[in-house]
Amino acid sequence: MHPALQGLVTIIIGVGGCVGYFFFSNFVLDRFLLPARAYSAEEAAVRRRSGTIFVFALPALVILALYLLYFTRNDFGLAAVFWLLIVAALIFGLWRLKDFMYGTGAVSAGHNISHANMIRPWLFLLPAIVALGLYLTYPVFETLRLSMMQRVAGGYEWVGFDNYTQMFGEAKFWEAMRNNMFWLIVVPAMSTVFGLIVAQLTDRISWGNIAKMLIFMPMAISFVGASVIWKLVYDFRPADQDQIGILNALWVGVGGEPQLWLTLPFWNNFFLMAVLIWIQTGFAMVILSAALRGIPEETVEAAIVDGAGPFAIFFKIKVPQIMPTIVVVWTTITLVVLKVFDIVYAMTNGQWGTQVLANYMYDKLFRANDWGVGSASAMIIMLLVTPILVWNVRNARKEMK
Amino acid sequence: MDNIAGTKSGLTWAVHLSVAFLVILWLFPTVGLFVSSFRTADQIASSGWWRSMFATEQNLVVRTAPPSEQVQQDGLYVLEGDLFEGLDAGDISQWGTSSRAIDAYQPGETAEIKDGRITVQADGTYRFESEEEFTGSRGQRVFATATTPPQFTTENYQNMLFNPSNREGMSKAFFSTLTVTIPSTIIPILIAAFAAYALAWMDFPGRALLIAAVVALLVVPLQLALIPLLKFHNAIGIGKGYLGVWFAHTGFGLPLAIYLLRNYMVGLPRDIIENAKVDGATDFQIFVKIILPLSFPALASFAIFQFLWTWNDLLVAMVFLVDATGETTVMTKQIVELLGTRGGNWEILATAAFISMAVPIAVFFAMQRYLVRGLLAGSVK
Repeated sequence: MHPALQGLVTIIIGVGGCVGYFFFSNFVLDRFLLPARAYSAEEAAVRRRSGTIFVFALPALVILALYLLYFTRNDFGLAAVFWLLIVAALIFGLWRLKDFMYGTGAVSAGHNISHANMIRPWLFLLPAIVALGLYLTYPVFETLRLSMMQRVAGGYEWVGFDNYTQMFGEAKFWEAMRNNMFWLIVVPAMSTVFGLIVAQLTDRISWGNIAKMLIFMPMAISFVGASVIWKLVYDFRPADQDQIGILNALWVGVGGEPQLWLTLPFWNNFFLMAVLIWIQTGFAMVILSAALRGIPEETVEAAIVDGAGPFAIFFKIKVPQIMPTIVVVWTTITLVVLKVFDIVYAMTNGQWGTQVLANYMYDKLFRANDWGVGSASAMIIMLLVTPILVWNVRNARKEMK
Repeated sequence: MDNIAGTKSGLTWAVHLSVAFLVILWLFPTVGLFVSSFRTADQIASSGWWRSMFATEQNLVVRTAPPSEQVQQDGLYVLEGDLFEGLDAGDISQWGTSSRAIDAYQPGETAEIKDGRITVQADGTYRFESEEEFTGSRGQRVFATATTPPQFTTENYQNMLFNPSNREGMSKAFFSTLTVTIPSTIIPILIAAFAAYALAWMDFPGRALLIAAVVALLVVPLQLALIPLLKFHNAIGIGKGYLGVWFAHTGFGLPLAIYLLRNYMVGLPRDIIENAKVDGATDFQIFVKIILPLSFPALASFAIFQFLWTWNDLLVAMVFLVDATGETTVMTKQIVELLGTRGGNWEILATAAFISMAVPIAVFFAMQRYLVRGLLAGSVK
């Protein structure tokens, strides 16, 4: 089948499936399981019996059948005990669900409505919880497990922290760590500073919105596209030819020798960082610009009355007031930096001392096919992200209260 | 507040100038690649793109017509024609007939050479005459210094998009990218909208915990998911392919989608929802008839994010989609490959990059309002 057609079919199945699921699950809940009406004790007893069959027995049989299918294919081991526990939990849950829905004795309409409303959120949430659990939560634990395993012929072998020790012994890993630290310091700082400058400067001029739009535009460009753009900027020609890269042209213009910027040890990292700064400044600018507009005018007016100059107003009145937003921008860009892969992959592929963690991990996973060390380096990225994760969650909870 | 007493107007000029400088600095790299994509390989290799905007002086080596085309006029053998036949080279400022003196003559002057007299005009027409018959098979060489006006071509785009024999063409990859992008944008919106409604407007135990989990998952690097999910996809038999990449993008996009949509839905007026409930509407009806239409701006914001992100993505496509046959390669992957194999061919690279950038940039300019709104709502406060 042609992929475009396949895509269309997937959209229809996907969208139709989602809508259908939400519609029918709600329909079944409201019409059959917990209709908004009262039942006498006799009616309720009949419903409980059919409920035992449809809500408990049939699903339980399906789960058991699936489990047995799994069980006959695999040897009995630690994993089987794990699955057995899960099956037991699911069947227990179904039993409780059945009891929860049908109660005992006569049932009032209010009981049915309130119980339906306790179940409904989970119907709404189920697809999202399954997707998030399977595609983001499970991988975290699986990667942790894989980072302590090694692939051997026909399976895996538990090796404890060997992968980590091996990784810590590699010079390329420490190079990636060192470069990542530079990225973490330079990119968020420069993007935020540039973003703040542009936000402040464009705030008071007539064509500020156009200027902002143009500086914001790189956000729409892929990291790969940006890499091509900047590779042309850094292009190198021997000294006797016309330079076609603007950086070398300027450099030669002020009397320098043309340079292969991307192979220049140490400094090449900063030429790669420039690409991300170029992209992220727009993001910082948009957020900070909104924050600057949100500053109460009275504070600025009071400062003007007290005779503060424009710089004093900016640094002493405005910046302190938008500090929380600056921190948000900073951490968001930090997250982008920790995951930066495409730029390094496309421009230098980690050669000439420009390796970063994400690209190191890709190298290990898909070039060296070393899933153990690859997973270990992914865990390092996770470890670096964790403080921000905790901080974000705490802030979100604080805000909700 | 500009005109409040005490503000220095002298600074205004500095502000205008520095903003202009920053804008130019930010645009310059992109414009460079854009201009390059409209130049021929020779032009790109011989001069910087910033020169292509202005007329340039070029030294050309051209030939007169071969002796076989000579005619006899008044007892003279004559060759006439245009030196730049087929070329659009502009005006000649100087010319010569020897490589050692390429600037010997001005246009309109006549040079006496071994074979006869040659006159070259500024527009490239010449007259070469001699009392004796011209011999040989090739015409006389002429060295001309010409001022060439800016020249651009759309040949690169034709070659990269519409040339079916070009195996590096982008049309196939363009459709792959499109095929990846559209389902990966639509499906998570739907799943997230329902979840966001539950998290915003339904009361149930564990709601706060789930919201915290969504915020936490917002920052989990997708790098962690690569191997476990590849294993999972292989185990359930979908392996590498569109289905896998759609699932992956859906999963990775969900936290942001739920977070954005929930934040937006929480802000909707409580009265509307409660009135509808009093009137007997079910949650499903409220969601479909009230919440979804009212949430359009948030839905649009997320759709743009997810579209840009899936269109521009390289890593997820490389891991979950592109297999060894390369049949399903996406544009970003193809550009990376071209960077490896055609590192110096800027006409190919620039064109390929711009083909992949055109759609996101168009979406960006068309829907910028929603993008900004989404950014403001999406950064965790």
